[in-house]
Amino acid sequence: MWIDALTLQLGYNATLVALGAMFLGIAAGVTGTFLFLRKRALVSDAISHATLPGVGLAFMVMVAFGGDGRSLLGLLFGSALSAGFGLLCIGWLTQRTRLAEDAAIGAVLSVFFGFGIVLLTIIQTMSAGRQAGLEGFLLGSTAGMLWNDALIIAVGGALTLGLVLALRRPMTLVAFDPEFAGASGLNVARIDLAIMGLAMAVTVVGLKIVGLILIVAMLIIPPVTARFWTDRTDRVTLLSGCVGGVSAYVGAGLSAIAPALPTGPIIVLVSFALFVFSILFAPSRGVLAAVLRHLRFQRRVHMRQGLLALAQGQPIYESFTLRLLRRAGLVEADGVATDTGRARAAKALLDEKRWALVRADHALEGAAALYDGLRALETVLTEDQISEIDRKIGGPQGVSA
Amino acid sequence: MSGEEFVPLSLTPLLIGVFAAIACALPGNFLLLRRQALIGDAISHVVLPGIVVAFLLTGVVAAWPMMLGAAGASLLAVGMIEAIRRLGKIEPGAAMGVTFTSMFAGGVLLLEQTDTSSVHLDVEHALYGNLESLIWLDATGWGSLMDPVALAGLPEELIRIVLTLFAVLLFIALMWRPLKISTFDQGFAQAVGVPTGLVGLALVIVAAVAAVAAFDAVGSIIVIAMFICPPAAARLMTNRLEIQIAWSVVFAVLSASLGYVLAGYGPLWLGLDHAVSAAGMIATISGLVLAACAIAAPCRARSGAPAT
Repeated sequence: MWIDALTLQLGYNATLVALGAMFLGIAAGVTGTFLFLRKRALVSDAISHATLPGVGLAFMVMVAFGGDGRSLLGLLFGSALSAGFGLLCIGWLTQRTRLAEDAAIGAVLSVFFGFGIVLLTIIQTMSAGRQAGLEGFLLGSTAGMLWNDALIIAVGGALTLGLVLALRRPMTLVAFDPEFAGASGLNVARIDLAIMGLAMAVTVVGLKIVGLILIVAMLIIPPVTARFWTDRTDRVTLLSGCVGGVSAYVGAGLSAIAPALPTGPIIVLVSFALFVFSILFAPSRGVLAAVLRHLRFQRRVHMRQGLLALAQGQPIYESFTLRLLRRAGLVEADGVATDTGRARAAKALLDEKRWALVRADHALEGAAALYDGLRALETVLTEDQISEIDRKIGGPQGVSA
Repeated sequence: MSGEEFVPLSLTPLLIGVFAAIACALPGNFLLLRRQALIGDAISHVVLPGIVVAFLLTGVVAAWPMMLGAAGASLLAVGMIEAIRRLGKIEPGAAMGVTFTSMFAGGVLLLEQTDTSSVHLDVEHALYGNLESLIWLDATGWGSLMDPVALAGLPEELIRIVLTLFAVLLFIALMWRPLKISTFDQGFAQAVGVPTGLVGLALVIVAAVAAVAAFDAVGSIIVIAMFICPPAAARLMTNRLEIQIAWSVVFAVLSASLGYVLAGYGPLWLGLDHAVSAAGMIATISGLVLAACAIAAPCRARSGAPAT
């Protein structure tokens, strides 16, 4: 059954929704990346909440002019206007008053949303205009989506994506180093505005599918997920688009086979599942990789300390160290060193002695900075340098009886 | 309007609104100064799954299990934000965004999956609250305030929010010095031995308790608005913490009472015959107060910059 959903076998409407959602997901993932890199992820929260009064007002205006009030294009236009006004308010509050950006975001989102709800309660009492379905903008609904609606969403998503691709270089520069970007002649404020404007476009386009509360998730979760897998911006952007697209496509498919599963939340939860997978299993930045790295480090420290103890003839009491040495075949069960053990221990001690000289020598300061008690000297200095150091240590000296 | 009408129908919702606003605005002052203003937003989103899970476990719509569920969910969310921030080295805003959107989506999904149509538990209710319906049926007029029989019929939301307000006040009074020091100068606070991490966590927990109690009565819109708007407006009025807190209480009371009255009677004055959402109107008024302060308050400019 779910195979059918994912391979577009569920009929015309479900296919339409799945493809529209996928376009939106890709656009949201790509746009969200710049918001995330600019450390402004939560601005999208304010944008999305600020669309509600626009939806309400647009509905009222359309009804007042004798329309049906539910034309998607009209509602989206209204929501874009009020979201834009919300963005202006945030900018004005942060630039003209002492309030921090997070306070401005919170104030705008709560006040606009509150006012939107006031408008919705007024609309509920209106007799004209068939208001049923407006609630869909809160949590998203795809049930009654028409070809025209899907077209608007897909085209809107594609247009946004195109704009992001066109503006990606200046936006990347501003996201990483606004001062450098400003110094090299870019208008940082205008590019910031472009990032916000694109986020706003994605939000407005996505309202119908995921709803205004959850569209935030589509702008935030994919970039955070993608960030775990790579350090390069272009790849983060690309991956983020993929994560967004896959989540939206799979989510829309799942909700098509089980009508009790609302589309918006499912899409968000699919992308959250991808996020959890990434934070756990991503190479180098993931939790599992970090744990393995730590364990490996711990083993090396224990091994080294154990070898130094062997070389100096000290008994080893630490059970983890003993176990490690035994497993490597360096000591016998009773803690006595084997031949290889003795050789490795002597090598470790020699290394330590050489390092001591390197660290005392000002000429080798650069190499000395690399000392961490684990690194073999051969990986840092050339053979000539090492034999120079060995000359300073001198040959074996007789021990007086 | 006569007491026979006002006391049973409007007095208790008005009081609940005002107390909820104050209970949220007080911790909001510290959150605002610590640049954690959006914690209120996050908490008010994540209490939804907590409430739904509590309902699924107990099968009844009762206040205490739901408040426990909501409090548990807020703690889980705070833990998750912290874990994502540290384990994934993700900036706090994005970590918060990931957490609260996902938990809210989970809550909505659970809500739609379970048959809650028979009980008063739905997403709209969670957002708007039901302030208007918290009426005091046993009251007959102002005299009922002295009548123990009628007082026994007070909505329990009122009692809960009063208790919560007391708890918030008590917390701020007891923790005043450590809170103040660690808010303004974390390094100094640590140097003189204040456990700043613990103080910060306690503040978030108190904020969560206030949010949950208010959420139960008035919905999440008021919670988010009251955490941010009155303290932000107060911040523009003064440079002193004590005075800022006093202003924030004034603004909270003003928004709640004016918003409630306008929602109930404003449409009637305009000739419409239905009231509008009180929660939405209270949030709107608090925004207008903030806008007024941002335009004209004495300390609105950044320090150092002249007020133009």
